Amino acid sequence: MMKITQRAELPKGREWAIRAAAVLLSIVFAGTVIAALGFDPIKVFAQIVNGSVGSQMRLNQTILKAIPLTITSMGILVAFKMKFWNIGGEGQIMMGAMGATYAALHLPPDLPPTAMLAMLAAASVICGGAWAFIPAYFKAKFGTNETIFTLMMNYIAIKWVTYLQYDLWKDPGSLGFPRIAAFPPSAVLPKLFGIHVGWIVAVLSVVLVYIFVNHTKKGYEVTVIGESVETARYAGMNIKHVMIAAMLVSGGLCGLTGMVQASAVEKTLTYSLSANYGFTAIITTWLGRLSAPAVAIVCFAFAMLIQGGAYLQIALLIPASVAEMIQGIILFFVLGSEFFIQYRVSFSRRAARGVA
Amino acid sequence: MQDTAIQMSGITKSFGSLAANENVNLTVLNGEIHALLGENGAGKSTLMNMLSGIYSPDSGSIFINGKEVRFSSPKDSIALGIGMIHQHFKLIDVLTAKENIVIGQKGGFFTRGKNLTAKIKKLSDEYGLDVNPDKKVYDMPVGEKQALEIIKVLYRGARILILDEPTAVLTPQEIKKLFSIIRNMKEKGCAVVIITHKLGEVMEISDRITILRKGRSVGTVVTKEIEVPPLIEMMVGKKVDLSIKKSRVEGKEDLLALDEVTVLDSEKKQALKSVSFTLRSGEILGVAGVAKSGQKELCEAIAGLVPADKGRIFFNGENILGKSPGEIIKMGIRMGFIPEDRLGMGLVAGMDIVHNIILKDYQGQKGVFLKRGPCVKKAERIVDSLEILTPSVFTPVKKLSGGNIQKVLLGREIDSNPKVLITAYPVRGLDIGASYKIYDLLNEQKERGAGVLFVGEDLDVLMELCDRVMVLCDGRITGIVDPDTVTKEDIGLLMTGVAERRQA
Repeated sequence: MMKITQRAELPKGREWAIRAAAVLLSIVFAGTVIAALGFDPIKVFAQIVNGSVGSQMRLNQTILKAIPLTITSMGILVAFKMKFWNIGGEGQIMMGAMGATYAALHLPPDLPPTAMLAMLAAASVICGGAWAFIPAYFKAKFGTNETIFTLMMNYIAIKWVTYLQYDLWKDPGSLGFPRIAAFPPSAVLPKLFGIHVGWIVAVLSVVLVYIFVNHTKKGYEVTVIGESVETARYAGMNIKHVMIAAMLVSGGLCGLTGMVQASAVEKTLTYSLSANYGFTAIITTWLGRLSAPAVAIVCFAFAMLIQGGAYLQIALLIPASVAEMIQGIILFFVLGSEFFIQYRVSFSRRAARGVA
Repeated sequence: MQDTAIQMSGITKSFGSLAANENVNLTVLNGEIHALLGENGAGKSTLMNMLSGIYSPDSGSIFINGKEVRFSSPKDSIALGIGMIHQHFKLIDVLTAKENIVIGQKGGFFTRGKNLTAKIKKLSDEYGLDVNPDKKVYDMPVGEKQALEIIKVLYRGARILILDEPTAVLTPQEIKKLFSIIRNMKEKGCAVVIITHKLGEVMEISDRITILRKGRSVGTVVTKEIEVPPLIEMMVGKKVDLSIKKSRVEGKEDLLALDEVTVLDSEKKQALKSVSFTLRSGEILGVAGVAKSGQKELCEAIAGLVPADKGRIFFNGENILGKSPGEIIKMGIRMGFIPEDRLGMGLVAGMDIVHNIILKDYQGQKGVFLKRGPCVKKAERIVDSLEILTPSVFTPVKKLSGGNIQKVLLGREIDSNPKVLITAYPVRGLDIGASYKIYDLLNEQKERGAGVLFVGEDLDVLMELCDRVMVLCDGRITGIVDPDTVTKEDIGLLMTGVAERRQA
């Protein structure tokens, strides 16, 4: 007979040991699958590492993927800290990108780049924040379920941007091709050390979110509300107010991701711009246990997996789906290990004997 | 020589690294009322849950009527005639007594009403239980619900009854009735185990007592041959001074006045019905009443946590009704509140002591940043002065014991020198030593000139500690009495709403 019982709190060391064991197991398991497909698992793993950090160019590619993931994760973190399940990162990225694009295409192109980029960033934060404000307001006012609400708003945002791209904002000079006009040069993020300055935005977002959560009064209120709404009420906090403020920050950060991607990577607005970062960020935030530095590290590891997986295709002619499968396996094990951190599974033969 | 009904020997049960029971021995005879006495966390419930098949022991053996048994589920235990009556009733409100009795029983799809009614009647008469088989559970008072629970297990053929804290929800009159039922069962040769930590009741009802302390059985004594003090010593492990001082403080002024306050609960029913009273400085005003008589609503309405439907609440002459806790803090009103649900409302379980102390302070800090420094010092001072046992002030409060958790909460609330201190069941779940420490702290507050509202459940304590006792029944105040001039039975009558009186 198998019995599942809830564990008392584990020491931090044991917790991380279980997680490390899960990662190790997932690598062994993924290796077995790779071997079964007829590839050499050691080579494959080596190539993932090689492909993601093996040369300056590859490392740059990895960082390019880590940037949007990190900024979005920081946004998600602020909401999750309050146990406000913001599944709407995708939509907030899209609306942020839309705001930035509107500014880029309507402001005079000969503005100094600093002013131009500041306007773009402001527009993206406002639009992303506004998109997040809607579900936050409804939850604060009517107690609606934010999970479904934010999720559904993703699709509205994506379809809206698709509509912009195919119709409203279609570039007349594109010869009928469904695309929006490219940003003027002054609206493109410059590069520093070979990578666009979005990496500075990402690093800053980690530092600022860390300070916000751990060292500000608002951040303290967010944490208390996340732990116990009743206690927050007892302490005299204005829960609706804090909830809306935190969601403005959360959506604003996701919106900023949209501006970075539109300005530095796409140099325009496309309906595929969010590239699932809004969803992947949920996973990275959760795996990083809502701690800003830990989440940043997880984001980089995820970017390595994405980039290394893409490299596998070229280097070993392994289909990209194998890399995705490896990602899936690692996720499955690591998320699965949370179950063993919270519960103990024990087997007993004696209990089956019943009444003697 | 009576037959042994239950013999448990060498029982050990651990949850993780915590040994809830360690080498526990218990022998209960047929026709005996056996009390299982111990503080919270001594392992009483764990032991009884093993007897009713909810847990299985790690080691040790259980004999029922001389035969060794191993239970894999509560079904096995019921089959052997063991019935447990839990503290929280497991009844279905919308069904009748009869339906509650037969539910989950083997037998035909249709239960034949007449036979059943006759059988229930017979059981009721036999044991002196007062239950109407066709009454819906929601129409029953607590005492009748409990009688129904007892019939339920008797109907299933139980000869061994376990009652977990049966008197917690009853008035003194109902307790008397329950005791006579228990004595009837004893007469019929049943074995009765009663779990409790109320000493008075133990001395009154039991034949023998087994004392548990920290998961071990300390010993079994014959009730007639022992006095209360040595019993406490066995229970606590050391001598405890069990006297509550009551000093008279002069110069009372009115601090808090409620005027016809009515509060609706979540189902829009009146939980508090035009309640009016005054809390003065330098007094402890006790609130007595059976559970759910409106105590929670009363405290939360004063603290601004639930909106009141009607009425006014004056604090130093200012009406605070309708103000949120945040607004009350901003008005500069010094009020402390120890809610019933400490970890769910008063404290943040996952945060350390410092961050729980900050909870009441941070709003007064200037700027956007949180200043921890002064709160670390304050936390250390509170830990020192209240002798809170903790590895450090940076330990999450949920890792502390119940008594220490309560001290953190109380320490924070009294640190601001509140003028009014509202406390809801401040000693619930605490051991005897910690409880007396809390009473002392409340007395200190009173002597300092604060007005203390003390919602309690133990009438003996209420009468010893409080200057006045206010009795709530079904959301109404049925009386405010001077505990020195009335008896426990008088208060009991007020609790049931049979009598009403106003004085003091």
